[in-house]
Formats: sequence, C-alpha cells, structure tokens
Amino acid sequence: MHVTSSVRPPLVTGGKKYEDVTQDICKQVEGAPSMAWKIAFTFSVIIFIYGGYCLWTTWYEGIGMWGLNKTIGWSWDITNFVWWVGIGHAGTLISAVLLLFRQKWRTSINRAAEAMTIFAVICAATFIIAHMGRPWLGYWVLPLPNAFGSLWVNFNSALMWDVFAISTYFSVSLLFWYVGLIPDFATIRERATGIRRVIYGALSFNWDGSAKTWSRYEAVSLVLAGVATPLVLSVHTIVSMDFATSVIPGWHTTIFPPYFVAGAIFSGFAMVLSLMLVTRVLYNLEDYITIEHIESMNKIILTTGSIVGIAYLTEFFMAWYSGVYYEAFAFQNRAFGPYWWAYASMMTCNVITPQLFWFRKIRRSLVWTFILSIIVNIGMWFERFVIICTSLHRDFIPSSWAMFSPTMYDVGDFLFTFGLFFTCFLLFAKYFPVINMAEVKAIMKSSSEKKQ
Amino acid sequence: MEKANNFLVGIYDDEDVLLDAVGKVRKSGVKIYECYTPFPVHGLDDAMGYNYSNLPIVGFLCGMTGTICALVMMIGMMGFDWPMDIGGRPYIPLPDFIPITFELTVLLCAFGMTISFFIVSNLNPWSTPRMFDPRSVDHKFVMAIDLAGNKQDAASITSILKNSGATEVNKKSFE
Repeated sequence: MHVTSSVRPPLVTGGKKYEDVTQDICKQVEGAPSMAWKIAFTFSVIIFIYGGYCLWTTWYEGIGMWGLNKTIGWSWDITNFVWWVGIGHAGTLISAVLLLFRQKWRTSINRAAEAMTIFAVICAATFIIAHMGRPWLGYWVLPLPNAFGSLWVNFNSALMWDVFAISTYFSVSLLFWYVGLIPDFATIRERATGIRRVIYGALSFNWDGSAKTWSRYEAVSLVLAGVATPLVLSVHTIVSMDFATSVIPGWHTTIFPPYFVAGAIFSGFAMVLSLMLVTRVLYNLEDYITIEHIESMNKIILTTGSIVGIAYLTEFFMAWYSGVYYEAFAFQNRAFGPYWWAYASMMTCNVITPQLFWFRKIRRSLVWTFILSIIVNIGMWFERFVIICTSLHRDFIPSSWAMFSPTMYDVGDFLFTFGLFFTCFLLFAKYFPVINMAEVKAIMKSSSEKKQ
Repeated sequence: MEKANNFLVGIYDDEDVLLDAVGKVRKSGVKIYECYTPFPVHGLDDAMGYNYSNLPIVGFLCGMTGTICALVMMIGMMGFDWPMDIGGRPYIPLPDFIPITFELTVLLCAFGMTISFFIVSNLNPWSTPRMFDPRSVDHKFVMAIDLAGNKQDAASITSILKNSGATEVNKKSFE
C-alpha cells in the first residue's frame, strides 16, 4: 500500500526497498575504511596531536600562555566554547523538535547530527576545563559535600547554571542518540559474525524488535523529545546569560537569550550541512539525503539567520534608545574601532550570506550550500569574538583599555578541538550506521519513490 | 512464568499485511506470542491488544523527583546550611534557582524513564535475545505463535497463518 504524494517530493529516491536501506547503510559499517577516510583520519589525528601538545602546555604552564590580560579576561577560550556549544544545538533540534513537528525529513540526518552534537559539546567542555586556572580542581564547580565547612557553590551565578545545563544537555543528547542506535545495532548484529557479532551484540542491548518493546520505545522517544526541546532552548539561553547577567556594555541586554538560541541553531545547521554534504557523496547516500533535505535545512538557516539579523537591529536600537552612553559607545567601537574588521566579517557572513537562500536555485545547489555553510560558521565565530573581545577591550574606564592578540596556544587549543571533533566524527562514521535505518524504513511507505 | 520453547513463525513481506493478519489470526482464536518488526508499525500495539505504556508516567514522577531534589538542595544549601550575603541578594532567590531546577528535572526525567524502559524491556548489554528470524530486524515482519499455549495443532495454525498472508511459516525451537 505504497502511497505517493502528488504534492510532496519523495524523501527516499531510487526506488529503494527495506532491504536496500539495510544494505546501503550497513555496507559502510561492515566494509574496510576507504582511502578518503584513511587520509581524513590521519590528518585529523595529526591536528589532534599537535593541538594536544598545545593544550598540555596551557595546562602545565598556565593560562598565561594565552594572550589574555586584565582587561580582556575572556577571548578565544570563551569564544570557542560558545561556538562549539552553538554548533551542538542542531543535533538535538533535529532529533527532538523536528520529531514533535512530525517532519519526516529528519530521519536521514538525525543520527549524524546528534553525533555532531555530542562531539561538539565535548569540544566545548575542553575549553571550560582549560580556562580554569587550576583545572585539577574543576570538580569544585559541583555542589559536593566537602571539608571546607561544607563550602557550597554560588547558585545565583550564570556560570553555575551553565555547569548543570551543559552536563544535562550532554547526558540527555547522548541518551537520546544511543536509544535510537539500539535497533540499528541489532540489524548489524544479525548480519555479523565472530567478534563483530559480540561487540555489536553488546551494543544492541538484547534488542529483538518485539511489538511491545517498540511500543515502549515510541513512548520513551516522544517524552525524550518533549523534554529535550525545552532543554535545547534553555541551554543556549543559559550560556547567553553568562554575558547578559553581567554589567558590561554590549553584554547586558535582554535580547541575548533568543538571539543566542537562534544563532546556535543557525550555526548548528550550517555545520550539519558541511558534514552531510561530504558524507553523502563519500558514502553514496544521495538517495537518502536528497536535495529536499538540503533545501529544508537551508530554509531553517535562512529563518534563524534572519532572526539573528533582527537581533542585531534590536541591539543597535536599544544602544541608542536606552540613552546609556556606554552602550552606544560599545556599538560605535565595534563598527569603527580597532576590531572593525572582525565586525565587518561578522556582518557580511551572518546577515548577508543567509539571505541568499531566498533564491531557490541557491537553496538547491550543493556547491553554494557547502560554501555558504562554511561562511556561516566563520561568521558565527566572529560574532562570538566580537561580542566577547570588543566589549571587554574598551569598557567603562579608558585607562584600562587594551588590545588582545592570540598566541600560538590560543590557536593551538582551538585546533585541538578540531582534531578531537573530526577524529570522533570519522570514527563514528566508520563504526556506527550514519543514518537511522529503522526510522527511514518507517517513512518509506509514505515518502519514498516507488520502484519503477 | 515458564519460558515457551516451541513456536510457529509466520513471515510477512509487508507491515500492512501483518497488521491485517494479526486481526485475522486473533479472530480465529489463535493466541499470538509476539510480533517482531524492523521498525515500529503504527496500529500494531492496538491490534495486539497492548495498552499504552506507563513509561511517560514514570518519566513524570522522576522529573518531579528532580524538581524536588534541586529545590531542596539549593534552598537547603543557600538558605539554611551556609547562607551568604552575595551582592545583597535574598538567601533564597527563587528566580535564580529556576535554571538549575529545570535542568535537574529534565535530567532525572530522561534518565529515570530510559533506565526503567531498559529494565522492563530487558534491554541490557550482557544478554542475547531469542531471535525468531534474523530478518525481523532487516526487512521481514514476523509473527510468533507459541504451540504450547494454543489448543489448535501446528497444521491448522500453519494454514491460518498462510491464509492471512504469510509468505513462509517456519518451526522454531529454543533450548
């Protein structure tokens, strides 16, 4: 009873049957790694090792290895942290929010996007730990009973809220991702022999596909999606409050929570696109990640990019309307001060480039989408840099104005996270099924191209 | 309950055929042990007579536990155990406690419900499942009938399964 819609294009092309879905996706897991994978993996491990050396030096010698000073106490460290956390928002949005909105196109991309989220949050956590003066005392952020009185943490602080928010986000994303992987590990288990069968057997948690278990699985997925949705929104809201709850001009505005959440979804989808455009070609998954999927993601980038643009306008308006001299100066300084080039990059990349997605030809072009997705991510990095660095470098008292330049350790620690991210992602792409086979099979009756 | 050991396994190629078949088989008085599918089939739990899962209720209760734990923790620590004057703020600033309360609610709801799901469904990494047909996690839809739990004999159940649309009917025994 295959139903082909007359108005919606199919989400799975190529006249696939259920066994084709299994075969196409499992063959990547079961086969030997391709030359492209080996080259990419070698490259990312080299970056990981070099970055690891820089991170070790930062840890061993101290934060003085960075270019920070008294005026600019946060720069690349927190910029990179917020950048990675922002990128990590797309995965849970695709898994949870699009499930609640019944968007069937999420099924081909949700697993890879959720994996991206988990690795991105790990990279973000690297900076949090690295930027502590004494990372070996990092556990002091937790409200554990201790011998100092007990001395408790300050629950009023947005930085404390961050500890709970990021930990919860990481754990719940990992859980949601893993629960979805269980049925697919069972599929791989039944096709495997020897040690692979034992390993995938353990990973598959005894799954047999019984109707009762599926019924419970669906109920659990719906509730997980239901709690993960406000979680996604709350996490970047709380990250934005690291700035919004301060008094620094350029930071202390109530537009930050919705602005940061929209920006996070914006950069997250751009990263998902960058990764998926490469993966679909190398793994021959064009029938599963179709132009319709790419276009849907581009529409979300357009929407959230426009919200970010509106947030910029709101900031300007409030800088003038508030009558607060320091706020107005902060924005003048951003545009015309010594960091004007960062501001110009941010504006071009974040405001102008997503507007190109109004044009259908660009939305549906793989080359344009790839280029624009990289540009968006660069723009979002500059946005965080502009917010953090330019607001700090010239705040209330001119005698404390200073400049910041990154040292090789600022750059090296950032490279470490790229090495970590791509190493993890490549391992995921090799050993785990990159597409949720069970979910794709479930939409085939209604949304796939019938075999001719 | 003693584990059943001898089964007849009906294999179907299409989930809609399986859905119809469940109705037909149950109508002819045969008790179905369980159906196994590669993806969730909508309507199958109703056809099999399963009630909606109570796991969302478990999730709610775990979430409420999270809310209570968070509030007790913060009010206890900052209001009673060691109150501190931080910028003149009240000792128990409830708006400040909202983010952490929310996060702990979500955390305990998600983990409590999922771990309960693993326990009641017997999902764990150290067991191996009884698979009636390896293709039930690939592209076939499987209906298992326990011979010991049914009055009809194997031959009549086989013909009922075949009439309901099964492309194969196999015997399966476990030790």
